[in-house]
Amino acid sequence: MENGSLALQYLLSGVTKGSIYAVVAIGFNLIYSATGVLNFAQGEFVMLGGMVAVTLACFVPLPVAIAGAVAIVALVGCLLEILFFRKLRRHSVLHLIIITIGLSIVMQEAALHIWDEKVRSLPYFTGNEVSSIKFLGAAISPQVLWVLGTVAITVALLHIFLKYTLRGRAMRACSSNPAAAMLAGINISNMRTLSFGLSAALGALAGCVISPITMTHYEMGAPLAIKGFAAAILGGMGNPMGAVVGGLMVGILEAFAVSWLPAAYNDVAAFAVLLLVLFVRPHGLFGRPGGESVREH
Amino acid sequence: MKKNLLIMAGACWLAAQLSAPTGSAADETKPIKIGAIFSVTGPASFLGAPEAKTAQMLVDKINASGGVLGQKLELIIKDSSGSPEKAVSFAKQLIEEDKVLAIIGPSTSGETMQIKKLCEENQMILVSCAAADAIVNPLAKYVFKTPQKDSQAATWIYRTMKEKGITKIAVLTGNDGFGASGKKQLEELAKTEGIEIVCNEVYDKQATDLTDILTKVKGTPGVQAVVNWSIVPAQSIVAKNMKQLGMTIPLFQSHGFGNRKYVEQAGVAAEGILFPAGRLLVVEELPDSHPQKKLLATYKKDYEAAYKEDVSTFGGHAYDAILIVTEALKKAGTTDRAKVRDAIEGLHGLVGTAGIYNFSATDHTGLDLNAFEMLTVKDGKFTIYKK
Repeated sequence: MENGSLALQYLLSGVTKGSIYAVVAIGFNLIYSATGVLNFAQGEFVMLGGMVAVTLACFVPLPVAIAGAVAIVALVGCLLEILFFRKLRRHSVLHLIIITIGLSIVMQEAALHIWDEKVRSLPYFTGNEVSSIKFLGAAISPQVLWVLGTVAITVALLHIFLKYTLRGRAMRACSSNPAAAMLAGINISNMRTLSFGLSAALGALAGCVISPITMTHYEMGAPLAIKGFAAAILGGMGNPMGAVVGGLMVGILEAFAVSWLPAAYNDVAAFAVLLLVLFVRPHGLFGRPGGESVREH
Repeated sequence: MKKNLLIMAGACWLAAQLSAPTGSAADETKPIKIGAIFSVTGPASFLGAPEAKTAQMLVDKINASGGVLGQKLELIIKDSSGSPEKAVSFAKQLIEEDKVLAIIGPSTSGETMQIKKLCEENQMILVSCAAADAIVNPLAKYVFKTPQKDSQAATWIYRTMKEKGITKIAVLTGNDGFGASGKKQLEELAKTEGIEIVCNEVYDKQATDLTDILTKVKGTPGVQAVVNWSIVPAQSIVAKNMKQLGMTIPLFQSHGFGNRKYVEQAGVAAEGILFPAGRLLVVEELPDSHPQKKLLATYKKDYEAAYKEDVSTFGGHAYDAILIVTEALKKAGTTDRAKVRDAIEGLHGLVGTAGIYNFSATDHTGLDLNAFEMLTVKDGKFTIYKK
């Protein structure tokens, strides 16, 4: 395979992985922006979205199953916030982050008991397991285009929501100055519930659209969360576009690392670049300075 | 005082009644206890769950037809969830508290290696359902295993490759114990079998997409086939990615591919995958004269009727373990552990699900190369690979 096509193939492979990380990173970004909490259970929302959709897809057509999964997981996200976060009196952000780690473990075990350890997946949205789109000597699965499309639409919709709607602006207000937001009559608790619900919904949608590529199983949450988190940090918290760029960069870096290092080192390459970027720009590529400091509510 | 004496006497009488032997037939009605450690839940449950179900089903069947040596069997199953620490503590429990005749399992090589020394020191028969060569090499007097050897699987793959004229290959392995063991066998046997490994990559077993590694394989000149040695989900992901990248070279998998579910997960991409496995998966294709046909057909029918799921070669390892213990019991004619152990080594021509067992003092696996058959996937079904 000649060098041009080979490089293009690595790029497309990187875009495949990167799109998966990007779609997870958006959820991280959203909760962080709205509440200052790093939600380490975000990977589990992705996993739950895929699992619920696979179960529903046995009874209803695929689009309905996906919509149902998104709705159910959004509800779960809201419930988790109400049950575990609202009741806390003196909630430092550090406590909340540790709680999300605990939640991720509980959700993983619950999924194991509800669904067992078998690996499942949704059917490919278009085509099947062997379809591929050939392009200048390289090939990519059509499902990757679905993932990229979902990422694009999600980012666009989030942008409109945060900038132009009242609720969205209220969320941004909570994140930039909670005290002033409270004085302006914004209910911080409700905003936090909303951000969890929205982030869970986005995670679930991600889980559905990546399911044919990655396969869905109860343990998939943790490694996705780590990579998604790294992508979100690289891109800079506080900017959904940053999450996407961060995700794609991590994916492409890993793919090209495989071309000259043994594959076992591809994580090393991605994290090394992450560290390098953070040394130079501590708030990530697109992050706003000050937006990432840990705040007390 | 008199009232207290009366009460005490009554209590003693009651205690005596409850603990007295029910008669001279007591020893014959005491069940023979067999312990089992399986990873029924957790990451290795694709091994342990069918093993536990199979073991229970077979023990129930044996008991329904009268048991062994006139005594019923009692199977005590412990769920280790794939954790070596739990396996050790359950092994101790089974040895010291339950005082079982033999222990079946564990399901994984990691757990087995942890309890190997414990069982040998306590002279407890251990019939493991895990595949690592290290379980029987170095040999321990009381430790046996039922699955075929990884090295035999690798040999089958290489022989089939040579028949197809393949000499240069790419080897992809997962970063877990199973992948590491496969990598070692493939590398060691490559030289003697005349195969050259031109691309050798280890990947994270939780990888969600392997197109980058397959791109590297695609870019390595002269690769004629790919061997993937991993468990789910990577087995299916590699198959799909290869087809998505437009790669037409054959894909060989390990004997870990032995369940129809994996074919379903890979969908159309599973067509043409080659892998060595026991004959359980293709029992319908065996001629009636084949020594294993009757046993395999009965096992498949019973399992699928009882549990409404596809039979897998993994459950078969537990079947063979129970079979070996009961046959040795019959041969020894006693429940004395040392004599049963000797009887296991004397088992020859024992037809099991994985193959025909011939144990000896130097061979505690009992299977040779003929235990495997080269299978492939055609129209979504397993079938024997014909050259």
